[in-house]
Formats: sequence, structure tokens, C-alpha cells
Amino acid sequence: MKAKKILYSQKIAPYVFVLPFVLSLLIFWLYPLVSGIVMSFQEVSFGVTSWIGTANYQKLFRDSFFTTAVWNSVEYMALTLLLMVPIPMVLAVLMESRLTKARGVWKVIMYIPALTSVVISGLLFRLMFSEGENGQMNVIMHMLGQPSQAWLRARFTGWCALLLLCVWRWTGVNVLYYVSGLKSIDTSLYESGDIDGANAWQKFRYITLPLLKPTTVYVITISVFAGLSMFLESFMIWAGNNSPKNIGLTIVGYLYKRGIERNEMGYACAVGVVLMVIALVINFIQLVATGTFHIGKKKED
Amino acid sequence: MANNTPKQKTMAANHKVGTFFATALFALISALIAFPLVCGLLGSFRDGQKVITTGMSLDLKSPVSLQNYQELFAMFSPDNFSDDVVVNSRSYFNWYKNSLVLTITTVVLTLLVCYFIAYGLSMYKFKLQGFLFFMVIATMSVPFEILMLPLYQEINTIGLINTNAGVFLPGLCAASTIFFFKQYMTSLPKELLDAARVDGCTEYGISVRIMMPITKPAFASMAILCAMGSWNNMLWPMLVFRDTSKFTLQIGLNTLLTPYGNNYNLLIAGSMFGIIPILVIYLIFNRYLVEGMTSGAVKG
Repeated sequence: MKAKKILYSQKIAPYVFVLPFVLSLLIFWLYPLVSGIVMSFQEVSFGVTSWIGTANYQKLFRDSFFTTAVWNSVEYMALTLLLMVPIPMVLAVLMESRLTKARGVWKVIMYIPALTSVVISGLLFRLMFSEGENGQMNVIMHMLGQPSQAWLRARFTGWCALLLLCVWRWTGVNVLYYVSGLKSIDTSLYESGDIDGANAWQKFRYITLPLLKPTTVYVITISVFAGLSMFLESFMIWAGNNSPKNIGLTIVGYLYKRGIERNEMGYACAVGVVLMVIALVINFIQLVATGTFHIGKKKED
Repeated sequence: MANNTPKQKTMAANHKVGTFFATALFALISALIAFPLVCGLLGSFRDGQKVITTGMSLDLKSPVSLQNYQELFAMFSPDNFSDDVVVNSRSYFNWYKNSLVLTITTVVLTLLVCYFIAYGLSMYKFKLQGFLFFMVIATMSVPFEILMLPLYQEINTIGLINTNAGVFLPGLCAASTIFFFKQYMTSLPKELLDAARVDGCTEYGISVRIMMPITKPAFASMAILCAMGSWNNMLWPMLVFRDTSKFTLQIGLNTLLTPYGNNYNLLIAGSMFGIIPILVIYLIFNRYLVEGMTSGAVKG
């Protein structure tokens, strides 16, 4: 009876509520995180583990496939940032301006690609960029009087397909983020801008852009993580984890190849640790650059 | 608005031209965005075996047939089809069923668990509160792919490989869902809780009978996002499920994408049919989806 009373008290109740989170944090987050770091210093094969110190890392930094994978991931991340921040922002501003009619319809259509899974969207893009005469991209080339292309075999054209897939799937989502960011801006600011004689560009530059900063920080953060850990898009476009001359090899793709396909868990975990360090460094640079440390503090209280 | 002065007239004219171009731009973008899906849909009504060699034809004159879909649904009238077609169709709908079961389980459990965690984090003042909320944010800033391999080994050791629990347990306490529920509840009046306490309601009773009904819109938003994520999830289920009979739709479709192209009729029709559940949910609950998705972007 007494135990029940304690369990039902206002002091204990919050701990009961958050208990699943604490358990999940320990079992499914902290433990794998630590054991991943530990395994990166081990050789793990078929249940037999042995300490090999930093040998995995030494091997990793001499591994040219890994270098390729890192550059591909970083380049993909940088290019998606260039495409997926400014374009959605401008589209959202245009959409929320009084100029655009029937915006509800456009919003619904632009969001639909995000509903498709990476398997289905990857398949569609693979077929569109097919080498065959009837692939849509080749049909367009024929209209322009050009010969057919083996799109996915060359790096430049293959990457065009990869980046277009990303733009196709996520532009609508990022536009929605910016639209809701725009809606949170107080309209009286624009009215006072009008009174002071500001033109459209000045209003965008000095009112819209600064006040969209939280949205931009959010969009950049998710784009950085998604870009760095991209794998399945490449996996689908090249129908498997092998692309010609490894043009589609990413960090996670390499982690998957070593850990799952070749069962070299220790080595693959070292790849994961390097990915984590890259992610943390970029995250840190971004937080310093955008001065968002105070937002982090605000979230705590 | 009367157009009296010449200046007002040119402004009105400019506005009209601007409206035309802005609307035309969005119409064009929407058309480009719809293009791959339209191609896929048209392709699903063409000979699937040819799709692999010639690509999806845009030629409207090429023959259209329901054959891919008939083969997809072959298990419902097995007498009319050859055995391997029926077997393919059976495994497709088995994957479909697996995905439905997994998605529904994941959504129900994730929402309940995250709701109670968020309730604990936002309705009380206690010692570890700040730290725990910081940890919610911290888990968001480590990409899942980093934890994937150790987690795979862990799940293997516990014996959850090849089970639905192995897929949804690690993601049950989804940080973004907890975060959203907390944001939502923080904005609600706490006086209700005290009133209920005075009336003799227990702490747990309040969380279920008082708070849950008021947070319904938050449940709707998160349910859609969670369902989409679960239905389309691929990487982690691909590691957990080993038997073909356990596969979800996405993994199953992926296995049909062979270099030989012998299953492409099933693949293309099955892909199009696989979008339907999410598309239906999206079109019905569009409003909640936008609220759930954008809350993080606005509040930082």
C-alpha cells in the first residue's frame, strides 16, 4: 500500500514516465555508440574478437576506396546544400507572395515525391536515366539532336541523376519548411518597411532573410546529416552497392560493404567512427558560424 | 480598387504580369515534379519485360495493357495464371501485409511511448529533467547509420533478428516525436492538471484521461509522419529481416530489381501499388502532416 502511494506521488511519477526513454537511451543508443567505438579497435570475425589497437585506422587512412567514399559523401553533401537551401527559400518567398495563384495545389504536388520510398523513386530515376533508346533522358537528347548517353556509367551524368533525385524528392519538403518559417514572420514588419520606402529586395534582405534564420539553420542541419549519410539513393540508382569506378560509393555504402557484405565489423566500425567525427566537426563549425549555441541552451530549460 | 492615376495603372499591370509568371513557374515546377511519377504510372501499363531494355516509353501510341496488374493480383484468381506468377504475387502481398503490420505496430507503440515520455518531461519539475531533455536532442545529432552495425550485433545477440520487435524497438523513443509532443504540451494550460488532482485523479489517470484527449491533433500529426517513415523505411529492416517471407514491401521490391529484369512487370506495377497507402493518408490528413513536419523548423 505504501509502495503504491510512493509510486503514485508527484515526485516519483515523472521518473516513471521517462523510464522508457532512459532504458532506450542506455540500451539502443549509448551501448551501440560505445561498443562501436570499442569494436573499431578490434578485429571482429565470427564471434572471435581481438585487440589490434589503431591498426584499423591506420589501414583506413591508406585505403583508397575509403578516401573515394569520403570525398563522394562530402561532395554530395556540399552540392545538396547549394541546391536545397537557396532554391526552396526563393520558391517559398515567391509562393507566399500575393502573386502566386492556386498555391495549395502546387504545395500538394510538390510534396508528393517525398511520399515515395527510396526504392520506388530510385527505380523511377534509374529507368529515366536508362541507357536504352526509350529512356526519357535519351528521348530528350534525341529531340535536341544528340546521340543516346550511357548516363549512369560516367561520373558527371551519374551524379546529375543522383542530385536530381535528391532535388526531386526534397524540394517540396524544404519549401514547406520555409513557408511555415515565413508565416511566423510578423506582417507589421513589412508594413513599417513600406512606410520607410523599402523596395522588395530591401524587404527580403533586411526582414525576410534574417528572420528566416532559424528555418535556414534547421534545413542546413538536416541536409548536412542526410547528405553525409547518403547511401540508399546510390544503392538504388546503381542497383546495388557497386557502381562503375565507384562513382557512387559513399561512407555509409563502404560501411555497409565492409560490415555486412564482408563481415569485417571492426573495420566497418572504424569507418562509422570517422563518419561520426566528420559529422560532429561539421555540426560544430555550423553552430559556431550561425551562432546557434544560445538556441541549444534555450532548449534545455 | 479603382485605377485612377497612371502610376496605379502600371502597378496593377505589373501585378498581373507578375501573377502570370509566378503561377506559370509553379505550374511548370509541378509538371516537372509529376513527370517521373507519370512515367512510372504509364510504364506500369506497358510490357514490363521491355521496360528494362528500352526504358519507360513515353510513346502514347505503344500498346497499353493491364497485364502487369493482372499478374500482380494473380493470387486472387490463381487458376488463370501459371504457377510462378502466382508465387510471385503471393510473396508480393505477403510483403505488403508485413509492411502493414509493422507500420501499424510501430505507429501505435511509438506514439504511446513518446507521448508518456514527453508528458513526464513537460508536466513536472524534477532533477534530471534538463539533462534528459538535452539527451533527447543529443540522440538526434548522431546519424543512425553510425549506430547501425553495433546495433545489428546487439539485436543479433538478444535474438531479435528476423522479428518485427528488432525493427521497431531501437526507434521506439524517437527523439523528434518526443520533441514535438513536448512542444505541443508546453503550450497547454497546466491548471487543468491541478484541477484534476483536486478531484482525486492519479498522476497516471491525468496523463491518460485529461491530457491525451487534448493532444489529439499532435497524435494525428505524428501518426502520419511515423507511418510514412515506417512504410518507407528500408536500411534497418534490410539488416534485421533475413527470411524472404519476413521482408517488408520495400526490401521485397528491391530484391526484384535484378540485372536480368525478369521480374520487372511485377516490380513496376508493385511499386506504383505500393505508394497508394501513403498517398491516401497524405491526401486525407495533409493539414496535420504539415503541422507536424514544420514545428521543428520554426521553433528551432
